[in-house]
Amino acid sequence: METSADRRLSAAHPRLKELLFTLRRFLKNPLSVIGLSLVVIFGIIALLAPVLAPPKYPDPFRIPHTGFRIEPSPPSAAHPLGTMQQQYDMLYGLIWGTRSAFRIGVFVVAANLLIGIILGVLAGYFGGAWDEIIMRITDIFFAIPYLVMAMALVVAIGRGLKAVTIVLIITGWPSYTRVLRSDILVTRGRDFIQAARASGASHLRIMINHILPNAMYSVLILASLNIGTTILTAAALSFLGLGSETGTADWGQIISLCRNWIVGAPGNRFAYWYVVFIPGFVISLFVLGWNLMGDAVRDIFDPRMRRR
Amino acid sequence: MVLVLVGVSLIVFTMMMLLPPGQRVAIYVNGDRVTPQMMDRLIAKYGLDEPAPLQYWRWVSNIFRGEFGYSITASAPVWDGFVRFFPVSLELVLLAAPLIILTGILLGTLGAVRKDTPTDHFTRIMAIVGFSLPTFWLGLLLLMVFYGFAGIFPPSQMSNEVRNVVFGGGFHQYTRLVTLDAILNWRWDIFWDAFYRMILPSVNLAIINSALIMRLMRSSMLESLGQDYMMTARAKGADRRTLIRHHARRNAMLPVITISGITFADLMGSMVITETIFDRKGIGWWMAQAALQLDVPAIMFDVLFLGTVYVVINLIVDLIYAWVDPRVRLA
Repeated sequence: METSADRRLSAAHPRLKELLFTLRRFLKNPLSVIGLSLVVIFGIIALLAPVLAPPKYPDPFRIPHTGFRIEPSPPSAAHPLGTMQQQYDMLYGLIWGTRSAFRIGVFVVAANLLIGIILGVLAGYFGGAWDEIIMRITDIFFAIPYLVMAMALVVAIGRGLKAVTIVLIITGWPSYTRVLRSDILVTRGRDFIQAARASGASHLRIMINHILPNAMYSVLILASLNIGTTILTAAALSFLGLGSETGTADWGQIISLCRNWIVGAPGNRFAYWYVVFIPGFVISLFVLGWNLMGDAVRDIFDPRMRRR
Repeated sequence: MVLVLVGVSLIVFTMMMLLPPGQRVAIYVNGDRVTPQMMDRLIAKYGLDEPAPLQYWRWVSNIFRGEFGYSITASAPVWDGFVRFFPVSLELVLLAAPLIILTGILLGTLGAVRKDTPTDHFTRIMAIVGFSLPTFWLGLLLLMVFYGFAGIFPPSQMSNEVRNVVFGGGFHQYTRLVTLDAILNWRWDIFWDAFYRMILPSVNLAIINSALIMRLMRSSMLESLGQDYMMTARAKGADRRTLIRHHARRNAMLPVITISGITFADLMGSMVITETIFDRKGIGWWMAQAALQLDVPAIMFDVLFLGTVYVVINLIVDLIYAWVDPRVRLA
């Protein structure tokens, strides 16, 4: 028997129906569910950071440290995940580092999306000189490896987490522009756009109501995959010493504090394995979560695999 | 193509114009002794406070004369530094790139041919995990397990004894690629010493970088397996091996060639991390040091160099494409 919810669903806007269908497909795929749960768990940790690890300093992103002893110490009751070089508490750093990661990842990718979408629409919809200029600029950005470009920019505008964020915003947009442009080029020629134009819709209306909703999906998938890449690049910059200051709750910074401890003490060669293993493992899980999600969504939206 | 290079040079130049003139002096000076008194004179002499277009013109014409300035991290003019560091990176890329491309193609094919079997799932999961691992963490883990625990595969380019032989005279540096030079000098002990130390960094690069090729190969292979010409070939009685190797994989390789080119260029970027971790003094290591010590001339040169590498590799990829694909060649 048809329930009232079903009836409302079938009467719903077709776009909403597609969305619900997608959601159902998404929740059926084990990998995407794992990815989603990872991201949600990290999200909860970031939200509850003040409860899980009460800050000791006015600036919660400074990791508290007890003493200046160089050697890391193994997990204990006071420090459940042990301490790093100079006795920075590992658990505290990782928990507040989750916040830094979300801040950088979500903020950078949102800004990238905004720039990428505006330029992509200009290039794809209006074409001509706009297209030529914008696409040549993206070509230039693609010619320089992402990390190298970011490093050079950090040198130019200064170090620190804020600088890293700005740098990643400046360098990250071209992939979105490229993908969105090609999607718009495909969509632009479809009949329903001609129909909209014939019925007198303005450029803005056609773009926002007709083209963007159809061309957006691949950009959003890219965004999910890019949150991982962005975090990895930010961490790499911190690791190289170009990011945050020593003692900041930032995953890349934590790993760079731990890089000197790959060789254990005489007699116990794995003496310090925890400082090397734990922080990198946490970054990997975070990135893996976003990648699994993006990957699953890509499979779902692939028209060749969608309605089977 | 030239346009892209001009663009890269403009971007590099714009970025460096954000720095105060004092830090840009080194681009023009070929010596390491600059006192504060000299600084003002030098800024005036090289016109570092003049309008930007004039400065750009001067910088570009210097490049065409082969003058790139002085690098404090290399303690030498930038070009000398490049000649010293580049072979170290090239050597590693020449070992890692084939490893990456082969791993990617083989595992990708395997995944497609055995679609939806445990093999397929395993390779797919490996690809996603490879995407998600931070290069620097994987490198540290490899070092911890192999060097820290097992005491094998030490970091750096060569052992101290070998370094003494290589730089101590009597050893001809024909190409500056240590492994190749060792063979030319018929010193297999030196070859082994240098090669042995490249294994771990190559594996590190391969695990991270083969993921992309693996995935592309799998999907491209799946598409190619579903084509009509596959059925024709099967109908004509071709055996499975011939089917996969000659009919499916040949066609599936095309997009992979493009990505391989990009991977090759990207490798130069991954070198920054890998060389820093494995203590190999190549271009990537140089770039990292230069960024830490605000060695502007070295950074400008490196970015420009990597941009050139990218453009040249893309050109090569186009040529390979034409050679492999008769549709392009005969068009």
